Amino acid sequence: MTESNPTDGPRPAPEGVTSGDDTPGGTDNATAASTLAPAAHPGDDILGASDEAPAPLPRRGLPENQVLAGLIESFDDAEWFLSAGQDVVRVAPEQFGEFGAAAKSAGFEVCADVTVVDWYRKRRTRFDVVANLLSLQHVLRLRVIAEVGGEAPAIPSLTPIWPGAGFAEREAYDMFGIAFDGHPDLTRILMPDDWVGYPLRKDFAVGSVPVQFKDSHKVT
Amino acid sequence: MTDVPRPPGILMSTVETAARWAATRSMFPATFGLACCAIEMMATGTAHYDLARFGMEVFRASPRQADLMIVAGRVSQKMAPVLRQVYDQMPDPKWVISMGACASTGGMFNNYALVQGVDQVVPVDIYVPGCPPGPQSLMHGILTLHDKIMSGEILRNGAVPA
Amino acid sequence: MTDITTSGDETETVDMWVSGTEEPEPREWQIASTDEGAQKMRLNESESRMREQLGTVVDDDFLFESDVADDERMLINMGPQHPSTHGVLRLQLELEGEIVRRTKPIIGYLHTGMEKTAEVLTFLQGPTNVTRMDYLAPFHNELCYSMAVERLLAVEVPERAQVMRVLLSELNRISSHLVALATNGMDIGALSMMIYGFREREQILAFFEKTTGLRMNHNFIRPGGVAADLPPGWRHDVQEILDTLPGRLDEYDDLLQHNPIWVERTQGVGMISAEECLAYGITGPTLRSTGVAWDLRKAFPYSGIETYEFDVPVGSNGDVYDRYRVRVDEIVESMKIVEQAMDRMPKGDYRVDDRKITPPPRARIDESMEALIHHFKIFTEGFTVPPGETYVAVESPRGELGCYIVSEGGGKPWRMHTRAPSFYNLQALPIMMADTLVADTVATIASLDPVMGDVDR
Repeated sequence: MTESNPTDGPRPAPEGVTSGDDTPGGTDNATAASTLAPAAHPGDDILGASDEAPAPLPRRGLPENQVLAGLIESFDDAEWFLSAGQDVVRVAPEQFGEFGAAAKSAGFEVCADVTVVDWYRKRRTRFDVVANLLSLQHVLRLRVIAEVGGEAPAIPSLTPIWPGAGFAEREAYDMFGIAFDGHPDLTRILMPDDWVGYPLRKDFAVGSVPVQFKDSHKVT
Repeated sequence: MTDVPRPPGILMSTVETAARWAATRSMFPATFGLACCAIEMMATGTAHYDLARFGMEVFRASPRQADLMIVAGRVSQKMAPVLRQVYDQMPDPKWVISMGACASTGGMFNNYALVQGVDQVVPVDIYVPGCPPGPQSLMHGILTLHDKIMSGEILRNGAVPA
Repeated sequence: MTDITTSGDETETVDMWVSGTEEPEPREWQIASTDEGAQKMRLNESESRMREQLGTVVDDDFLFESDVADDERMLINMGPQHPSTHGVLRLQLELEGEIVRRTKPIIGYLHTGMEKTAEVLTFLQGPTNVTRMDYLAPFHNELCYSMAVERLLAVEVPERAQVMRVLLSELNRISSHLVALATNGMDIGALSMMIYGFREREQILAFFEKTTGLRMNHNFIRPGGVAADLPPGWRHDVQEILDTLPGRLDEYDDLLQHNPIWVERTQGVGMISAEECLAYGITGPTLRSTGVAWDLRKAFPYSGIETYEFDVPVGSNGDVYDRYRVRVDEIVESMKIVEQAMDRMPKGDYRVDDRKITPPPRARIDESMEALIHHFKIFTEGFTVPPGETYVAVESPRGELGCYIVSEGGGKPWRMHTRAPSFYNLQALPIMMADTLVADTVATIASLDPVMGDVDR
């Protein structure tokens, strides 16, 4: 388990403790054999991460579904794998928008969800941006994952393709500080405007206060 | 009621008792539904539990016309200033019921987003436990508030600092 | 303020949800805009951005008047404390006389940090957390979370638990739709509907209380099955609900559908098209009211619901009236499912017989020290879930309710995210309310049936 930085009070502001270079298709992708990358090497601390040269990427298998296979085949860097029986594609972050556009023309009408996973101190590239796509005509789901990292993580926005991603990307920005390039109104959505920090990052403390049963502050 | 401190004089004491009685019999709660508890508060107001028996079935939409605020649900950091403003807009005398575990203590959500107890923002007269409290619990809280008003335990009336 | 209304010669055929391809935004604008007031509407918003926000081009609307001066527009706040916003929703409306030109939903007033809290709760404690999200459909939240954990654990839930889950979640759908009808009626002025809807809901809640111990926030469906068996006499209770409801639904029809005021206030109000719904990720009764028969129970069946017979009611116009009719019809369909679930309720275990995730039976605890330790460890440490990630969605009364769980092999989720249907459905408000009358605002909000706990989480 990762120990997050202890912070006091509900408004701590430490962030950017870790830094990782953006290496799409780097070490992490190479080891993402059958499931998630972090699963392949648990406990791989960012500080002790080896700098070995990434193994050359073998071209992955393609899904049996023709729609998915055609979509994924057109992207060289896209890696397909099954996660708990569900189709997942890892794409390079700069191709996130292009892949979305291709997916939409392949029949994915709905962007069901956009969210972020923080692999703080677990992985060199810190964030996973996860988009769940849904196709009504093919009755199909596809999860697209792109890794972003660095001091100011940024990724192309999906709002030009699916405007419904607008709220979700605002939430991801609010909670993780990921900038979505091309989003029309990238502001905080759930937290107050003057909030400092990104609450769902792993280095942001839960912010729990010790429970007191007496001598608590009262307003009269 | 003999040990209750009363203002001197027969006339004034009688008038105050009458005023208290009137206050308990026609309380106007403000609609301040926040979360799960708000649904139970609505259920309390409808036919099955019938808050009209206590003369308070009319939830006022405007805080200017209300004298009871039932804080029904979890209060977030973003909502807390709004809550205080609504409270300040209510005319005196006014009372506050903190309904449910979240409003009273933050409940199970001890994290960055929630105010850990609405008593950090407004003075609370009655805490109703439960997650969410059933309509019976809320009615018990309301009746307890009536008792406290009648017995003069709550003497803040008209003397609340802004 | 710039003139946001498009003049007549600008009828370019823009794909109505593809945002402007011109003017790439500088990054400073995006990042620096989290200062005070950034969530307000921007006065200097460009026309393309406004169209984006509206989701539509408004030049062919009959209410459109091009020669309105800027100072005839008024920004008003609706909420966050408002009786008709179903909680703490805040809307910024730009009015021109009585016509709503633009709408911006502002949310977050009920943000509870549940996704953060989920990371400090064990997998067994998780349902306690998620059940408080959509508090009108708690069973669906628990079901979604439990199914995601079960998928990572790769366990099969016993047949009886499956049927119990279907029974409870469909009853929950009925009770949730009843509240939707009640509040929708109340907001438009059919106050009796409020009393009636809650009356029937009490009956269902009484059954829930008997089964789970609580009227709401049950924490009953857990990873591996359900928490307890059905109480004695449950068949009688459910049958009573099924016997009562059809007559009551007729009463609702008398109150609403046969009421010319209701029909006038709802038909042709708050319109949305199927394409807009899909582009904005809007699901559930709102999508079905536009004629798209999309129901996750049919498309991606779960808990064996593919073996039940039921239809997917659809509307045609995508207005408030159609959404109301879809909800009423869904109550009828859910009653069919509940009836079938009652008939087929199999005997057997109500949770999976796996010592790793299931506590020992109560009787064993009294006689065996090992069972006591086992019980203690399951409820203090929880169980570990193999590393992986999964997204599981169920059809909640409001649409696609998804749960995305990432486990790194520990006893707590590394990340738990909920795809809240109300959160996405709220994006429909600017479209539905563009250039409608201000009096229709509350009808439109109520027909969307947002639950703010679900929106803000």
